[in-house]
Amino acid sequence: MTEAVTNTGGDWLRLIVGLILVLIFSQLNALFLVWLERKVAGHIQLRYGPMEVGPHGLLQTIVDGIKLVGKELITPFKADKKLFVIAPVLVFMPVLVPFLVLPFGPELIIRDMNVGLLLIFAFSTFSVLAILVGGWASNNKYALLGAIRSVAQNVAYEIPLLLSVMSVVLMVHSFKFSELVMAQQRIWFIFLQPVAAIIYFICATAETNRAPFDIPEAESELVAGFHTEYSGMRFGLFFLAEYTNMFIVCAVATSLFLGGWHGPFGFSLGIPGVVWFLAKTYFLLFVLMWFRWTFPRVRFDQLMNFSWKVLIPLSMLNLLVTALVLKFV
Amino acid sequence: MGRGGVYPRPLITRCKRHPKEKSLSQVKENRTRGEIRPVLAQRYADGWGVGAKRGRLQPSASPPFAATRRQVSVEKPMSQYPERLILNVGPQHPSTHGVLRVVVELEGEVVVRCTPDIGYLHRGIEKLMEARTYQQCLPLTDRIDYLAGSANNLGFVLAVEKLLGVEVPPRARYIRVIIAEMTRIASHLFWLGTHAHDLGAMTPLFYAFREREQLMDLFEAVAGGRLFPCYFRIGGLARDLPDGWTTEVREFCRTFPDKMKDYETLLTRNPIWIRRTRDVGVLTVDEVLDYGLSGPVARGSGIAWDVRRADPYCGYEEFDFVVPVGQNGDTYDRYLVRLEEMRQSCRIIEQALDRLPEGDIAVDDPTITYPKKTDVYTRIESLIQHFLLVEEGIRVPEGEVFHHTEAPKGELAFFIVSDGTSRPFRVRARTPSFVNLQVLSKLAEGRLLADLIALIGTIDIVLADVDR
Repeated sequence: MTEAVTNTGGDWLRLIVGLILVLIFSQLNALFLVWLERKVAGHIQLRYGPMEVGPHGLLQTIVDGIKLVGKELITPFKADKKLFVIAPVLVFMPVLVPFLVLPFGPELIIRDMNVGLLLIFAFSTFSVLAILVGGWASNNKYALLGAIRSVAQNVAYEIPLLLSVMSVVLMVHSFKFSELVMAQQRIWFIFLQPVAAIIYFICATAETNRAPFDIPEAESELVAGFHTEYSGMRFGLFFLAEYTNMFIVCAVATSLFLGGWHGPFGFSLGIPGVVWFLAKTYFLLFVLMWFRWTFPRVRFDQLMNFSWKVLIPLSMLNLLVTALVLKFV
Repeated sequence: MGRGGVYPRPLITRCKRHPKEKSLSQVKENRTRGEIRPVLAQRYADGWGVGAKRGRLQPSASPPFAATRRQVSVEKPMSQYPERLILNVGPQHPSTHGVLRVVVELEGEVVVRCTPDIGYLHRGIEKLMEARTYQQCLPLTDRIDYLAGSANNLGFVLAVEKLLGVEVPPRARYIRVIIAEMTRIASHLFWLGTHAHDLGAMTPLFYAFREREQLMDLFEAVAGGRLFPCYFRIGGLARDLPDGWTTEVREFCRTFPDKMKDYETLLTRNPIWIRRTRDVGVLTVDEVLDYGLSGPVARGSGIAWDVRRADPYCGYEEFDFVVPVGQNGDTYDRYLVRLEEMRQSCRIIEQALDRLPEGDIAVDDPTITYPKKTDVYTRIESLIQHFLLVEEGIRVPEGEVFHHTEAPKGELAFFIVSDGTSRPFRVRARTPSFVNLQVLSKLAEGRLLADLIALIGTIDIVLADVDR
């Protein structure tokens, strides 16, 4: 199985088909997630959410997308025009790359690189740059504050995120997704590394700027944060990138801690791996949405304190304990 | 000078500290939290208390690095602080509760100075009243605090009745209490939803509005209006209660405490909520008295001042209810105080429904009360009476009157000067939001921008109430 996955070096056809699939999947997924978020929000808040377009409003986001495309792209007076235009592109391009290495199923990895995990984190960090550029170029104080917050937050949460991932990598001795997932055939890493799993999920929430860590776009404080001045499809790109990012962090969480395409404790129950993978990922996405509609927002200094004073020491300790246990047990 | 001169651009290149300015840590002067004097913090002996609940919570963490108040020299012009950023929060902003504009000077995220700018919703209600008969003034009072229309009606009606020297029949009095307390619940529910929303919890808003909607329907049933019921009249009520209305109110009172548990589950014990509200915006007793604050803002600091208890009107002395007070005077205490006030209002409504007498709903005085419609059509005297009341209005004896009531947001007082005609010579409305808003800059300075938003919410302002 592993050979089949890795023996794709010269398979150009597979790569091209994969890229097209990634493009289609990432778009559809983002549209679906926006719909899902509105539905989840609705049902938590005693409403139905979108109901009008399509069955249970399924086509609502497509219609909204068409509306966004049709809208005028406003560039504010005195904005840095080049950067202002580049930022939404910059935010959306890197979120496509991680799909190349995500292990959807035993046969469904487009490129199983030996630095797969690193690639994902390298590219997902890229979105901070786009947010900074967008916030800066808007020439809007709210946008600037949002961008500053975003940078500070991402720097703070990247560290515990990587440290928690590191403890899993130590156990498997690999950055390769296929090997990371294969190592969990018997028992998922969430049972062996519960602390790392929790830290990862908290940091992932913060990395994707989701509530309760949504301070870069805290709408009650900063109106809309870094994308205050964006309209039309430029705003739409920020929006889609956010939801695609959510999918990526949840997919990584699934492959690192929830056994990827494996069923629980080696029982696959005859369900294909890709279904297991997507089911677990969408469950985590649902949890993210659940967070958002349940928790109040933390304050900026509390957010920072939580990362530097709690998460980073804890994840370091976890890494240390993992290393010691692996060495001596 | 272009716009750039008025609103300096927040460029990072400008962020050099002025040589004369001390560093942030030097300027920082910790302001110790004032203690609340136990003498004034009268707690009721029955053991209920916000403090009792507080005791079970974790001790508060030390104040965050920037969240301590600092002394800021206000004399220096802005040009001497090149690293500061002026941010106009409002008048169009998601969480300024209307059209409040707050000019905020920021150093990083820290608010060093904040200046509320009011008047965007000024409609000149006090002046408009001078050209209207007393009955015509009533619908204007609805619009003073548009979230608590009946509470304003009550304040105005009671003031005029005091000047007239009439007392309404007991049934009208009880119905007024019921409606006023329902208004209090509705107003507090709106506050709860928006306050939670300001702090990022979006769901309580919908729960709170579910119950508020029930109340609005009940207002509609009794008065026809939802936000502006205008149900009270000088000398009584507009009409009697519709059939079955009391049963529905009883049903609301029965289910409401259970539904409040929904909000409590989402907020009261939530660690994020506690961290966002505890020790934020602490008001000492002295500060409350100096600023003349009232309502839940004052009671949150432990001052048991409730006009319903301190200077009863409408027969509030007959009801058994508790005036909840806080202990620490912070945002969390004010939150708990308002929640408990809703429960107490429920108790008052239930008691009033139990004792609701039969009888007239307005004083039997032809110079004040409109005649029955059937009489107007059949009796000439009634027709003349109706005509005179509409054309000329109620003649109020010469004099001046001050009457204060406990509106949901604090002490609402009307001062009316009458020159003996049917139109007021001068009306002055002392509205709670206007007075309470003063303290915003004191609370917000030295704290983070996110706290400013929380503080606007905790004062519970309505801009219509501020500007009138």
